[in-house]
Amino acid sequence: MDNEMKMRATMQGDVADVKVLIKHIMETGLRKDPTTKQFIPAHFINQVVASLNGVTVLDMQWGVAVSKNPFFGFKVKGAKPGDKITVNAVDNLGTKFYGETAVA
Amino acid sequence: MNPVRRTLLKSIVTVGMLASAISVSLVKPAAALVASWNKNAFSAKTIADAMKEAGYSGAAESGDILLKVPDIAEDGAIVPLEVTSNIPGTTSIAIFAEKNPNPLVADIQFSNGALPYISMHIKMAETSFVRVAVKAGDKIYAQSKEVKVTLGGCGG
Repeated sequence: MDNEMKMRATMQGDVADVKVLIKHIMETGLRKDPTTKQFIPAHFINQVVASLNGVTVLDMQWGVAVSKNPFFGFKVKGAKPGDKITVNAVDNLGTKFYGETAVA
Repeated sequence: MNPVRRTLLKSIVTVGMLASAISVSLVKPAAALVASWNKNAFSAKTIADAMKEAGYSGAAESGDILLKVPDIAEDGAIVPLEVTSNIPGTTSIAIFAEKNPNPLVADIQFSNGALPYISMHIKMAETSFVRVAVKAGDKIYAQSKEVKVTLGGCGG
């Protein structure tokens, strides 16, 4: 599902500045369908792990209040140009998302 | 020795190796997600319960946590937020929106060189305080800032 994730990592001094965008509906489960009056089932990414060259640097748990098409940014000290940043995410229905980029 | 047979055998071996390499890379994402999701914390209805369940109770106010949020958010569905902790030994940051139906938004753990900084977009149901809590050693610190929301981001 590489096409679901957009990533960019750039060096700022000795720190890699990483920005990630994941395409996801992030449905809260608290909204009602206006026609059926039924709650729309929750569907949201709840775990995200980012790694630098295979070593975990960021381990996140998310609730339903992360915005639709989630954006997040983080910084890693000691990274070098060409280093590999990977992001693994999973939603509450078990769908997995994966993205990777090289530090520029 | 038959050179055609050699080449054929070689290519079969290469294909086999490629196939196993692909399957390894497909398995990886699942293996990386080991921690279990803290359902109790994320389904808590009050900020006090959410902070307790997430392990952030007993927080002391700290000016060393820099919380950047807009004073007024026109759209509660996308409220940009940036947190930087200048507290030495920070290992995690949690974000709460006080009046959301479930106040805990995210819990972020930093390791192996990640700076105690996070930038993300969150949803806010209505005007309320955003509270961020920081874990450093066995101490908890927090900082809050009010965001006025013109249009709620959780209703429907």
